[in-house]
Amino acid sequence: MDILNAIVALANYVLIPGAAYGAQLAIGALGVTLVYGILRFSNFAHGDTMAFGTMVTILFTWLFQSWGISLGPLPTALLALPLGIAFTALLLLGTDRVVFKFYREKKAVPTVLAMVSLGVMLVMNGLVRFIIGVGDQQFDDGQRFLISAKDFKDWTGLAEGLALRTTQALTIVVAIIVVAALFWFLNKTRTGKSMRAFSDNEDLALLSGIDPQRVVMVTWIIVAGLATIAGVLYGLDKAFRPFTYFQLLLPIFAAAIVGGLGNPLGAIAGGFLIAFSEVIVTYAWKKVAGYVLPEALQPDGLAQLLSTDYKFAVSFGILVLVLIFKPTGLFKGQSV
Amino acid sequence: MKKLLLATAATALMAGAATAEDIKIGVILGFTGPIESLTPDMAAGAELAMAEVSASGKLLDGSTVTPIRADSTCVDAAAATTAAERLITGEGVKGIMGADCSGVTGAILANAALPNGVVMVSPSATSPGLSTAEDNGLFFRTAPSDARQGVVMAELLKEQGVGSVAISYINSDYGKGLADSFQAAFEAIGGTVTISAAHEVGKGDYSAEVAALASAGGERLVVAGYVDQGGGDIVRAAIDAGAFDTFHFPDGMIGDALPATFGTEIDGSFGQAPGSDNPGYATFVELAGDAFNGQGTYAAESYDAAALILLAMQAAGTSDPAVYKDFLEGVANAPGEPIMPGELGKALEILAAGGDVDLVGATGVELVNGGEAAGSYRVVTFKEGNMETVEYR
Repeated sequence: MDILNAIVALANYVLIPGAAYGAQLAIGALGVTLVYGILRFSNFAHGDTMAFGTMVTILFTWLFQSWGISLGPLPTALLALPLGIAFTALLLLGTDRVVFKFYREKKAVPTVLAMVSLGVMLVMNGLVRFIIGVGDQQFDDGQRFLISAKDFKDWTGLAEGLALRTTQALTIVVAIIVVAALFWFLNKTRTGKSMRAFSDNEDLALLSGIDPQRVVMVTWIIVAGLATIAGVLYGLDKAFRPFTYFQLLLPIFAAAIVGGLGNPLGAIAGGFLIAFSEVIVTYAWKKVAGYVLPEALQPDGLAQLLSTDYKFAVSFGILVLVLIFKPTGLFKGQSV
Repeated sequence: MKKLLLATAATALMAGAATAEDIKIGVILGFTGPIESLTPDMAAGAELAMAEVSASGKLLDGSTVTPIRADSTCVDAAAATTAAERLITGEGVKGIMGADCSGVTGAILANAALPNGVVMVSPSATSPGLSTAEDNGLFFRTAPSDARQGVVMAELLKEQGVGSVAISYINSDYGKGLADSFQAAFEAIGGTVTISAAHEVGKGDYSAEVAALASAGGERLVVAGYVDQGGGDIVRAAIDAGAFDTFHFPDGMIGDALPATFGTEIDGSFGQAPGSDNPGYATFVELAGDAFNGQGTYAAESYDAAALILLAMQAAGTSDPAVYKDFLEGVANAPGEPIMPGELGKALEILAAGGDVDLVGATGVELVNGGEAAGSYRVVTFKEGNMETVEYR
């Protein structure tokens, strides 16, 4: 019974939140890594692209709710998601036309493009705050829990409860579908292959007749999709506030760099690595140790490595370690 | 032509009331930020007192009082200081009713009120640290220090048979001060604090914080935070994860937003906020009527804070802060004619005639320890999704 309690406590406070957060980071990091691999710059506007996509989705969710449309137990936001992606794609294509294209044609170095993306970030930042405001927005509806902690305790008779929110399960399911679809697209379709060719060697790709305009356009559309999905999942699971999306930039970049910039598989691994590190390092192990260890060995203190205030420091720490010892990331990516 | 007429009329008015002036009082509260759901009632409470005094026409030979609002943001010390500086140097306020949260109140006091010599009366800054802050006799508060709230809370939990609690406090002067004073008081009477951990406002995710709290355990979770941000999120995450069923809420959490957000999920929880059962409180709530919620947290304290400033001006016979700052304690405390809410006009008359008054006001305000309220608390519990008053202590 004690072992079971320990497993349930661990699942409830570490595994489930870590997996959901990891999936959100992974989808976000995929977007960053695609831009880096194909367009060859670090897109700092990604966090605010996520915020923009989420904002459009929220606005349409409210519209649908006012019309009385819902998805039953699932959040209405899923229905508004395609519209959010469409508007975000338009925004990104417009931004590319107005800003990035100019620098790409001048063959600007990646550092310049990264600085340009900082400017784009500030503009998007302001745009989102201007439209929806700076406050918290809750847009989660439908059934809140698949398993609630109280029900779980009643069913199993265990001392520990296990809660699984609909949004957490949804995050993981959607993440699997998105990742599968993306890999299928990159490996099996003609457009996907041409994107990979463009990423591997731009000149050779141009010689073999690949249309660069088309590759850029498709990349931005996919990035818009990934950013909006990541943003909406994070917003559903936690809460939407423009500022927190801006803060997400750090763990997302950490995930992409740790995995290896430009490597989609690395982005996914990096997302989960960062998420679980943040949760595990700041978790107080006292309770789990209390169930598993014999009484003599039980810790007096909380057995917590770092206070939760230092959560962001964990992403920074891993980032620094990886950059020192393996600058191309754990999976082979491009060096920064 | 129109301008000329206006100017003439204005000059005539000025000449007509030789000594009467339009006294501006700053109302600096966090109209945006973590307690934005509490501040509208607080401001309305203070402005009720000012309107009452203006309407009586008895303040300093018929002077009128104009409230000027400014946003303290509750958390951003720089923004709050700028707002206060603008009120003092730009608008020329003669006194400040505010600020609200302890951190920004300390910042305004040190950077704006003290250098410019303006009186501040805070209705809600409760950090024990403010008792010892340098103030040149300019700072007062109608809310009691959290050193007192910590003791009240500890005794309340002990009497209910709660032996161990976990504390989550907002990372600010208020949260830290309250958590420390409570922990000291609770441990002194034999209670156990399993963990005392800070939380930040405005984060997306609080599951890591709640995981640490749950791991430490405890019969109740004490959430020393603000209802609109951080504190509310911690409660949400704790309920979702099934970490704690019952909570204890200090004053920053007590507000209508709490039962409105959590409904029956926090049934069986307790809390306390400054409040008293003195007869003035009911009168005040009645005075507030439908205009605003007189039972709002710190609304009554705000009324008394504004009333204190104005009565002290009358007692001193001037609106100069350097002079009237010495009269606040006199009008707040006995001896003197007890003054209830709605009787400010009568108080002004007595003072004008050279008499002495004792402002009872909405909270039974008594200033001790160099200008802070002695304090009594309203204990509340949550039943079937409603907040109910249990007792006063």
